[in-house]
Amino acid sequence: EKADPQKTAFLLRKAWTLYSVTPLYGFCRARLRDYARLLGAFIAAEKQKGLAVEVGVELDIKVALSSLADIRGSELDQAALLVQLSSRSRSSSRNSEDKPVWLGWFCSVFGDELSESVPEHFTCLPLFLSHGAESYTALVGSWFQKTFDCCFRRLAISPLNLSWMVAMWAGCKLDRAASAVELVFSVPRLAQPLDISYAIHPEDAKALWDTVQKTPGEITHEEVDVFMDCLYAHFHRHFKIHLSAAKLVKISTAVASAHCDGIVKILHSQYLPGVLMLLTELAISQIQ
Amino acid sequence: HLATSLPLPSERDHLRPRIDLVVFMIDIKSKYSLKNVETSLAYVDARFFLGKVCFLVTGVGRVNACSIETNAVCKLGETYCSPVLFCELELEGVRAATAQRLVRMLRICAGLVPGVSALSFVSLMRKSDDD
Repeated sequence: EKADPQKTAFLLRKAWTLYSVTPLYGFCRARLRDYARLLGAFIAAEKQKGLAVEVGVELDIKVALSSLADIRGSELDQAALLVQLSSRSRSSSRNSEDKPVWLGWFCSVFGDELSESVPEHFTCLPLFLSHGAESYTALVGSWFQKTFDCCFRRLAISPLNLSWMVAMWAGCKLDRAASAVELVFSVPRLAQPLDISYAIHPEDAKALWDTVQKTPGEITHEEVDVFMDCLYAHFHRHFKIHLSAAKLVKISTAVASAHCDGIVKILHSQYLPGVLMLLTELAISQIQ
Repeated sequence: HLATSLPLPSERDHLRPRIDLVVFMIDIKSKYSLKNVETSLAYVDARFFLGKVCFLVTGVGRVNACSIETNAVCKLGETYCSPVLFCELELEGVRAATAQRLVRMLRICAGLVPGVSALSFVSLMRKSDDD
């Protein structure tokens, strides 16, 4: 369960766009090299058709597929699958290195609810995270959809789920000095769109959560409600604005940050499994 | 008659007609609206909860924008023995259908439908839970 921090360091501090993916049919872990070759050929063919990604740049895209054995929750989870697109410019010298151009990975952390309910020949990796140009994501996504008969959907995060995340992550114990806990709200129905950013000292936020949480390791809806209500009340006392009437669009803590459009940044390796577990849960509920 | 919260201002008490139905509107995108309704409920006379109160939850079309747990609203309905209606005001068809539904309920609460009283809503409540 404990992922080697060196191997997963590249996953941290990147903005990942989230998708939910339905189970893959006929996926075979032993054929990763074949899949990489087929995906590479598909991308090259799409570029020939004129669906070029970058105009005026001659790039050969190399595809690599690998398994991230450490990224899983239980034995029922499939190991994560990493897809890397790198480019080698045709005009450069022989010993030029491949430049990573796009990264995407499928994972399942404690996605037992889904894996237990699918028939044979299906592989469950409900959470997909991508980093890089949207056009590459579309190419990779459409190849996987065609090859494994699955469906990708952008994973949006509701204000309710963002509240859950900020309460959970603000309460995490961190050894180093942590960054502020920030909540960003968007105010609806105004002529000019207005964003309100509410920053809280991380120690104050953690102290508040500690008074609210009754059982360590367990979080209830009521506790998240009380935590958020305290923050809203404090803000109202000072600024006479009811944040509860605005839309919570982004939260940021030292552990991770998340945006309602389904964009997440994980900042702390210790909490990587915890964050992935929550995101897996959201992905599964979007699929069902 | 529309109000943003209760209690209603007492200055106009003598001008106000009899109130037959109270509809509490909760916007699923605004936690504030739920809190507002919860505080306003304290100002409603107990007799209204015999079928003359209902909760209308709006904005349910956008699941990704919700700030309130639907369970919390359903629990509110159970606690106050009043029906909870879900609708999406931005869709014209749903808006019209919901308005018609409310008017039908209002007619019953005002005693305009012979043989049916507001008390029927309380017993119908159990059935709608099973839907």
